[in-house]
Amino acid sequence: MTALVATALTLVALAGTAVVLTAEPGRQAVTLSVFGLLLSVLFVLLGAPDVALSQLAVGSAALPLMVLLTVDKIRRGHPGAPTRPGDPGDRGDR
Amino acid sequence: MSRSARTALLLAAAAGIGVLLVLAFGLLPHFGTAHHPYGDRAVATALHDRHTANVVSSVNFDQRALDTLGEEFILFASVLGALVLLRPGRDEVEFTRNGDHLVDRSHQPGQVLDTVRLLGYLLLPVTMLVGWYIVVHGAITPGGGFQGGIVLATGLHLLYLAGDYRALRALSPIRPLDVGEAVAAGAFVLVGLTGTVLAGGFLTNFLPTGTLRSLTSGGTVPLLNTVVGIEVAAGIVLLLARFFEQDLRIRTDDHGGTR
Repeated sequence: MTALVATALTLVALAGTAVVLTAEPGRQAVTLSVFGLLLSVLFVLLGAPDVALSQLAVGSAALPLMVLLTVDKIRRGHPGAPTRPGDPGDRGDR
Repeated sequence: MSRSARTALLLAAAAGIGVLLVLAFGLLPHFGTAHHPYGDRAVATALHDRHTANVVSSVNFDQRALDTLGEEFILFASVLGALVLLRPGRDEVEFTRNGDHLVDRSHQPGQVLDTVRLLGYLLLPVTMLVGWYIVVHGAITPGGGFQGGIVLATGLHLLYLAGDYRALRALSPIRPLDVGEAVAAGAFVLVGLTGTVLAGGFLTNFLPTGTLRSLTSGGTVPLLNTVVGIEVAAGIVLLLARFFEQDLRIRTDDHGGTR
């Protein structure tokens, strides 16, 4: 295993932990996207550029987008829920 | 089952799987070695027998095409399930024309930086071209239907980044995409059945494999890549279109909605 692959693996492990430790779904979409990017770098280093390409498109773009849209929808779907993120009463679904 | 019984069951199962995994890892070829019993055979078959330069594609769409059929229908079923979940509920109304909320929620061109908008419009044709390139060259270079299809689908959403939700909607017509996705998924099976009739085995490569590294090499590999590309692109665009509709165009009905 080269030093480069070892570094990429470590970064993926760190980013994965960061995703798990991000409690708020909206922010999690961002850490998830970074995790996806690092994972695709690892795939390139391991000689799988085609998998890296799918990973980049799904993990860094499509999936975080779905999460963000869902979070936005849920936030506005609850009657009485704050309309803007960061409002004092904003809870639970953020 | 009580909580402690469930925990005990989980721990027992996890320990069992852990032991099996450790035993299996011991028998694996070493990491990053140049030779591998399956790899050597797959490469030889792909290059000499099937004239498919992209060995990964040869494995996915020829030597083990049945697995890919399953994978394709996993995607198909997931998209279908998500679409069913994302349909407007009984207490929700969809804005079909330019209602207040649509104008309010759809990002107006002014809200996006001019540079981002320009970049979005410029990159759109480039990503479309790259996407199709990856799909049709699946038998020759890294990539194929899944990768190219997902590039096509995400590339289209540059229009959303450019702030042009209306153009995105115009370019992702639900009905044709619906039909396209289903027909493409069915076409995979049809190619397989044709193999049964012509070559004596489901998904057996029945087309001439051509010359190595030419666009039409690999027999059924480029054909299957193309139908998968259409299915993946249509499926993901449909899925994202539904997510966008739920977020931008569907509201809980003020009169009847109690949710």
